[in-house]
Amino acid sequence: MAWVAATMLASLILLAVAGPLVWGTAADRPDLSAVLQGPSAAHPFGTDNLGRDLLARVLAGTRSSLLLALAATLLGATAGVLLGSSTAVVGPRARRGLAALINLLLAFPALLVALFLAVVFGAGADGALLALAVASVPGFARLAQTLAAGVAGTDHLAAARVLGLRRNRLLRRHVLPNIAEPLVLSTTTAAGTALVALSGLSFLGLGVQPPAFDWGQLLNQGLDRIYAQPLPALAPALAILYAALTFQLLGEVLAKGAARRGRPARPAGRPAARSGPADDELVLQVEDLTVELPTPDGVIRPVRGVDLSLRAGEIVGLVGESGSGKSLTALAVADLLPEHARVSRRTLHLLGADLAAMTPKDRHRHLATALAMVFQSPASALNPSLRVGTQLTEAVRAHRGARRAEAVEQATATLHRVALPPAVLRSRPHQLSGGQRQRVMIASGLMVRPALIIADEPTTALDVTVQRQITELLADIRRDTCAAVLFISHDIALVAGLCERVLVMYAGTVVESLPADRLATATRHPYTRALVESVPDLTGDRSRPLRTVPGASPDPLAPAPGCPFEPRCAHRQHRCAAEVPPLTGLDAGHRVACWHPLPPSAVPS
Amino acid sequence: MSVPQWLRHRPWTAFWVRRAARLALSLGIVLTASFAMIRLVPGDPVRAALGVDAAPALVAARRHQLGLDQPFPTQFRHYLDGLLQGDLGTSLVTGAPVAELVRTRFPATLEIALLAFLLTLAVALPGGLLAAVHTRDGRRPHAELAFTALTAGLAGVPDFVAASGLTALLAVALPLLPVAGTAGAGSFVLPVIALALAPTAVLVRIVRVEALKVLSEDYMRTARSKRLPPARLYLRHAAPNMATASLTVAGSLLPAMIAGTVLVEKVFAWPGIGSAMAQSVVAQDYPVVQATVLITGSTVLLAGLLVDMLLALLDPRSAIREM
Ligand code: SF4
Repeated sequence: MAWVAATMLASLILLAVAGPLVWGTAADRPDLSAVLQGPSAAHPFGTDNLGRDLLARVLAGTRSSLLLALAATLLGATAGVLLGSSTAVVGPRARRGLAALINLLLAFPALLVALFLAVVFGAGADGALLALAVASVPGFARLAQTLAAGVAGTDHLAAARVLGLRRNRLLRRHVLPNIAEPLVLSTTTAAGTALVALSGLSFLGLGVQPPAFDWGQLLNQGLDRIYAQPLPALAPALAILYAALTFQLLGEVLAKGAARRGRPARPAGRPAARSGPADDELVLQVEDLTVELPTPDGVIRPVRGVDLSLRAGEIVGLVGESGSGKSLTALAVADLLPEHARVSRRTLHLLGADLAAMTPKDRHRHLATALAMVFQSPASALNPSLRVGTQLTEAVRAHRGARRAEAVEQATATLHRVALPPAVLRSRPHQLSGGQRQRVMIASGLMVRPALIIADEPTTALDVTVQRQITELLADIRRDTCAAVLFISHDIALVAGLCERVLVMYAGTVVESLPADRLATATRHPYTRALVESVPDLTGDRSRPLRTVPGASPDPLAPAPGCPFEPRCAHRQHRCAAEVPPLTGLDAGHRVACWHPLPPSAVPS
Repeated sequence: MSVPQWLRHRPWTAFWVRRAARLALSLGIVLTASFAMIRLVPGDPVRAALGVDAAPALVAARRHQLGLDQPFPTQFRHYLDGLLQGDLGTSLVTGAPVAELVRTRFPATLEIALLAFLLTLAVALPGGLLAAVHTRDGRRPHAELAFTALTAGLAGVPDFVAASGLTALLAVALPLLPVAGTAGAGSFVLPVIALALAPTAVLVRIVRVEALKVLSEDYMRTARSKRLPPARLYLRHAAPNMATASLTVAGSLLPAMIAGTVLVEKVFAWPGIGSAMAQSVVAQDYPVVQATVLITGSTVLLAGLLVDMLLALLDPRSAIREM
């Protein structure tokens, strides 16, 4: 697209420079023997009322049309930017006044303002130019005002800072595109708008006056006889269109160029590994699950070879720092990863059925009724514009063909199950508290009577007392419905209190898998041990913030060849940096991925 | 504008008070501008209108008739008095009352502007959502490119150029539709399309971006995790959440559409306010110019008010926050 825009611009500039020189005389040569002719070999677009060649006039008119538009834009931009940025240096009162004035002026369409001013300034090229420049001032002023207020305060910049991006990366990725894009776009599109508006004024008879001419004027003259000969009107119309599109496209290309660096490329596809035999007792059986995500800096593998299985009625914790891949593991199981993510697995069985072997439609139906998800932030995970009742009942109505009354009845019962009154059905999410919303989320999952509930940090956004209520609710539900629960959390103390079995993830791999009651005394992996030791009293006060393990998790873009925990590990030896330790069974129900497991007796003081 | 103490705890009242104050101020600007215009024009507008060789007595009489020989404040009072009584003066060219002209022509302008706006919404809202659904998460990059190129191109087509082109193609080259005038439903087609073309292209792009944003929200993930049928997913879960943002943008396109009627009506000789403005501007018939500027400007402002009211009804909380 870029070269198209560049070619179009170059051709316009060429025409503007050379047009009047080459076709100027032909454009002004009257020929009274050939007045108002239609298209012919000598005059491809016909002639005007003085017998002048219209093709020559359109080509020669390029310069005046373009020059006027550019002059008006530059004048308007300069004045507007001066006015707008002055809001940054004056006092708050004057700033508010100026901003209000700019707002009021912006309510009026620029064309109307220009028309009004053109009448006041008097018909003619100068009047039209000035009118247009003035009309474009408020737009530029608003833009400059916004930019002057600073990109520094914007939300996504703050978010980027939280993500820990470096300063020059911040500048390159987030600040520059956001300033450059609006400024460049506005000036370019404003030039196009100015050209169109000037043509419009000339078209009305307010702009360029004879004997001078521009496209708008030619269009005006052509339109009078469009019924007899469409070409004399079409030719200047096409010229205006061509120029307008050039500026439009140019703005587009420039804006795209500024924004491009933030966008991920599409990865090449990767065939999935063959799946193994199913184990019928398991609700969920996952083997060798890997997720690849393309990023602007290359493909990362946030989940690498994860094994995971749950039996009916079992509640399993999946623990790890943020970025360890635990949430992506859950999303991969639920088939909810973004489109560009690549998933491969040897086995992925839900209730004994091989998800990978199913048609998308069957997989869809199977997941719909067998699996329920509870997400972290109930504030954003519920649709703000739909009533709770609608959100509770829609899944059973869609998948179990339940009738409305039935579904409502079931929803009332389910709400009762999560200790909410039936009146909640008619509420909208913003009328509920955080804890109530999470109960609604859980109820919504329970409606389809799932065999597996995946709860991804369901209590992280809630305060401590509510946290305990929600985990107790999950434990009760598991007991009553025999659903398996996969409880994902960064809080190892919470998981220890709730779950039967715990998987610890680090840098996309499971590093230890053990019964929850061994967490306090018998962890074998140095990372798990460090996690446990960072909690002062594993079974006690959960309200204290989790102290993190010293050091940072590895760069996902440059995975080391050895144990991923090696740089932070106090027990590392030679082998650790060279080879990845496999997850190996120590005894029944306890597996660890470490070359040098710690002795089990080490009880934290 | 700062908020008086008593309004702090009445967000709705505060919202309407501010909105009304803004409307009053803008209407004041339109009134003053339309009044000032005839006094600001270089030279003597009456002489210009009557011709250079008009008898001085005639010019003086006409000036007196227009009240131009009185001091400005008196003139302004008379102007406002006249407006309140529905008196917009008389045309310098035809001598007919301008109010009559406005009355007969305003409905025609309103019709095409309204139809064009509705057409824009009817195409852009579903179109943008559909485009988002089919191109989200980097799906179908070629379709996305085609969509971007097409909408960028269409968004750049000026309304009066579209009007000329459509006339040449569909009324002259292929005589399917009337070239001009208001003969039957067919005559609405071209003016409405010409007015709606570029705004639709602009809006459909923005709706797509809005829809992409909504589709990546947590609650959409929740809805997807319920495996709802696509129609329900997009119409029931996504659409209501993009309505506000999309309508805000659509509303911001409305003023330019109303202004566009001036040029488009001229192309189609549409008997509305716009073509009256175009004619009177060239004929230097200032009372008519004044009235048409006043009417068009006020229409823009009232349309803005209507859009804001609609948005406030749709999404009360964000409306109040905006102010
Ligand atoms: S393999 Fe080595 S580096 Fe990794 S956790 Fe075990 S001891 Fe530490």
